[in-house]
Amino acid sequence: MDVLVCLKRVPLAGGTLILTPDSRDIETKHLGFGISPHEENAVEAGVELVEQMGGTLTLLTLGPSDAEEQLRSQLAIGATRAVLIETDGQEWDPQGTAAALVDAINAEEIKFDLIIFGAESADSAGYQIHIRVAHALNRPIITNVKSMKIENGVAVCDRVVAAGREHYEVALPAIVTVRDGLNIPRYPSVPGRMQARKKPVDMKKAEPRVPKLEKVVLALAPSKSTGAEILGNGPDAVPALVEVLKKIGAF
Amino acid sequence: MILVLVDHDRGELDQLSLRALTAARKLGQDVEAVVIGSEGATLAGIVGEYGAKTLHVATHANITDYTPMATGRALKDLVEKLKPAAVLAAGSPRGNEQLAHLAAFLDLPMAAECSEITLGSPHHVLRARWAGNLIESANVHAELLIATVLAFSTEPETANGGATTVVQFEPALQPQDYAVKVLSRDAGESKGGVTLVDAKVIVSGGRGVGGPDGFGQIEELATLLGGTVGCSRVVTSSGWRPHAEQVGQTGTKVAPDLYIAAGISGAMQHIAGMKNSKTIVVINTDPEAPILGYADYAIIGDLHQVIPALTSAIRQAKG
Repeated sequence: MDVLVCLKRVPLAGGTLILTPDSRDIETKHLGFGISPHEENAVEAGVELVEQMGGTLTLLTLGPSDAEEQLRSQLAIGATRAVLIETDGQEWDPQGTAAALVDAINAEEIKFDLIIFGAESADSAGYQIHIRVAHALNRPIITNVKSMKIENGVAVCDRVVAAGREHYEVALPAIVTVRDGLNIPRYPSVPGRMQARKKPVDMKKAEPRVPKLEKVVLALAPSKSTGAEILGNGPDAVPALVEVLKKIGAF
Repeated sequence: MILVLVDHDRGELDQLSLRALTAARKLGQDVEAVVIGSEGATLAGIVGEYGAKTLHVATHANITDYTPMATGRALKDLVEKLKPAAVLAAGSPRGNEQLAHLAAFLDLPMAAECSEITLGSPHHVLRARWAGNLIESANVHAELLIATVLAFSTEPETANGGATTVVQFEPALQPQDYAVKVLSRDAGESKGGVTLVDAKVIVSGGRGVGGPDGFGQIEELATLLGGTVGCSRVVTSSGWRPHAEQVGQTGTKVAPDLYIAAGISGAMQHIAGMKNSKTIVVINTDPEAPILGYADYAIIGDLHQVIPALTSAIRQAKG
């Protein structure tokens, strides 16, 4: 079983975002970096599959050379090796990103049985790269997976929708995107971290393309400017809240 | 002409699609709608009311449920025939996914979660990023605009429209288009009854609830208000509540009439999932908690005291 997990380096923004002076990016001077939340579940799923069935787990990302930091920290979880498609640090549009990932996957000697993405990125939220990759590789794709087993070369997956749980089965090779809740991602062990330093990270270059979805500028979304009306402290404020709830017709 | 994918779940209309139809009308061109699967034909009435002159119904023996790649193929067939200026859908997980298949088939850009759309050359959009905390101004360089409409950015308005002409068509599906389809479905983690998406009232608990037992009082209040229970990510990661109840970017995005957030400080990813609620009430010990920036009303205090007092006061008031 050879598994590939695609990752994205993203800043770990807390409660508030600050923009760079040109408003083209988030100011990251004072921020650490990590990967998108669902991607931790993707790596955990890959590690578990290789533990159970043998084989290899490769990590793939497109980003600045600093993204090696995220690859190393996920190699420490138990991945075998990693590939970094190095950019100039600029954000690539979804079509350009997908094309570069596809080229890198096609250039691999390993033919991956399963490719896993996180359900969505924390930052750009384009909702399309995984689908473009699936089309280019002519592979079936199941998105937003919340439970997954591999049985006799078939990915048996559930996704959670408003009306309940949908059940899917698809023969490998396939692509899945996974959601938070799929598993509980483990922390790296100390020996894991030591080994990760020596694991291979292949650096590749790709030529940027002219973006068809062209970012012009970013702005902070307005929050409610008036702020909350403080009704009071502790249980003494309950009567005031009951009046509010009556007024809006909550009961 | 603007073509709008109207999504439905086994014939049940996706309400966000009405907002997409409304957003499409604002572009000043004729609007036509498309539904995937024969069950969608029952939506002709409402689609007409929202201003679509024609409803295209994609029917095929292998489209029996949600089959996103088949949707992409059907939309591609329709786009090639009708040559619309734009294809829009709701900015829901399903809307985004189905239009991404169309964009992949045509190798055209797609702009997801747009709050504003201006057709032109290039097209221009404002779209949500970082769980709605950032707005990106972007140009889309393609003749055909493929875009989804940010959930809750447009209020649904009827057009007092008349009858819709229903046109059936059979897309030329390839076997790989329906290789991935729903094999079965059960109520699973959802509790039946009121789901998070449909709830008018949601009472959500966060880290401040302290553990699974603390949710008894949250449930009681939610039930009393005819609503349902939600929670933050830390609650599901700690295993206190099922993931189906998680509100936020990695959980469910909601916009109820009333959202009560108890013991939730307001991480960006949680705010993203609830900030469009009509009225937001916060109960929190910390007067500096980020969630207060999004709230309408707040009580500064310990939820373990405030919620039981609130529950009994509402019981009394109800008589």
